[in-house]
Amino acid sequence: MSTPDLAIAPSSRRLPAHLNGLVPVLVLLAGWEIASRSGLVDPKLLPSLLAVAGRAGRELVEGRLAVDVAASLARDIAGFAIGSLAGIVAGLALGLSRPADRLIGPSFNAVKQIAIFAWIPLISVWFGVGEAAKVAFIALAAFTPVAVNTWEGARAAPPKLMEVARVLEFGRWRSLRLVILPAALPAIFAGLHLGLINAWLATVGAEYFMTVGPGIGGLMTEGREHFHMDLVLLGVLLLGLIGLALNTLATRLEARALRWRHR
Amino acid sequence: MADIIHHAAARGALEIRGLTKRYRVSGTPFTALQDIGLSVAPGEFVSIVGASGCGKSTLLRLIVGLERQFDGEILLDGRPVARPGLDRAIVFQEHRLFPWLTAEENVALGLLKSAHPTADKRRLVREHLELVGLGAFAKAYPSQLSGGMSQRVAIARALVARPRILLLDEPFGALDALTRSHLQAELLRIVRAEGITAILVTHDVEEALYLGDRVVVMHPRPGRIASVIPAGRLPLTEDGGPPGPGLGHDRADPAFVRLREAVLAELGAGHAPPPVRHAA
Repeated sequence: MSTPDLAIAPSSRRLPAHLNGLVPVLVLLAGWEIASRSGLVDPKLLPSLLAVAGRAGRELVEGRLAVDVAASLARDIAGFAIGSLAGIVAGLALGLSRPADRLIGPSFNAVKQIAIFAWIPLISVWFGVGEAAKVAFIALAAFTPVAVNTWEGARAAPPKLMEVARVLEFGRWRSLRLVILPAALPAIFAGLHLGLINAWLATVGAEYFMTVGPGIGGLMTEGREHFHMDLVLLGVLLLGLIGLALNTLATRLEARALRWRHR
Repeated sequence: MADIIHHAAARGALEIRGLTKRYRVSGTPFTALQDIGLSVAPGEFVSIVGASGCGKSTLLRLIVGLERQFDGEILLDGRPVARPGLDRAIVFQEHRLFPWLTAEENVALGLLKSAHPTADKRRLVREHLELVGLGAFAKAYPSQLSGGMSQRVAIARALVARPRILLLDEPFGALDALTRSHLQAELLRIVRAEGITAILVTHDVEEALYLGDRVVVMHPRPGRIASVIPAGRLPLTEDGGPPGPGLGHDRADPAFVRLREAVLAELGAGHAPPPVRHAA
């Protein structure tokens, strides 16, 4: 009980605060490299980081990597665009129309409890085995959080500002554009952010669990089938990095669009 | 500037006759206002004081058109009031600015329904921000403004469409004492400059007497007018210069103090006096 603080303190004090988050990542990567090289783990099961980097280089030169990443991103963006647009429309309809809220709200709340991967068999049957099924699955994954958050946001239009809108004779359309939508914007953005993360997870899921085709999921499937673990790990790293990039992008856009809140 | 300040044919005569407003509060009928009668002349400043629950805010909401169902008549320049309109403007206790719009965009909201060409609208917005002393803060968001500045923007938004009557629902209630007295003087200057009729609801008797040409005292349960006290002949504050537009009634003058006591006594009469027990 006497000196545990001293053991931890020095390393965390030397790094600038914004780099602290990198520490566990670096530790993990270093551990991976050491484990693989020292023979602690069979390099066939866990190839070294350098081996994975080498694989990435070869795939890049052959041009396959770019094709796979582009295919995954295109799918992700298409699904996200369709799903989030539908989610905003559905959320607004539910949030703005009391009959819709009463009629559809409860069943929507029930349906959203269904785990996203449970939809795969249904979607495969409805949309076939091609690209359409994958995009539909991704769209569905993005749809739910966007719809739920937009719904909540549209319902919570501040009554005091709605009164101002009445006094200034805004009418329905202007009230929507100038009060309800901006007031719902933080919630809509939170939904879009979640939808973006969900869509990316669903992209991998669709590529991995549905039919094989170009994409990061396809690359990983191939790696698994041919026991090329460096390919599998390359896929894992790419998924993480692209997910991180999408998340950062979403955070930046959100802060920009909602700058009136923080000033 | 001259353009917005001189309303040669300033109208804004308000006539309220036999106004009764009933609500149903969880099934039981409740009379918020009973048989209110009040005439306000164009350009007049009328203060309304009363304990909470006397229906003074309800009265403003009826005049501005936020409450629809009532018995009796509310006439602005002879025409019945039924719904909100740009001939009436209201400033609430909270500034109610749209946080996602800048100060000038908030003021411009008051002109959305008016038929001015865009260039005129831009000029009117700028002039009214200058009128409330915030010309330099046109691009600021409400979160960057103090409470007093936000309330000035709200006043500019209310006035920009040149309403005939300005309704003020405890507009300075949430401000600190210094900002408050400063804004009271400022409001009077603006209202006099625009030649607009004004009705101010407050629970601050001093504020009511400082600003008002007349002070209407209301009693609760049911909300009704108890008395109307003329204050227009009270001496104005000296303020180092000759009395002129924008100067309120002198709070230190003995006549002001006497009237304040009278209003307070009238207010107190609305409550059942507490049983007085004399020690043996």
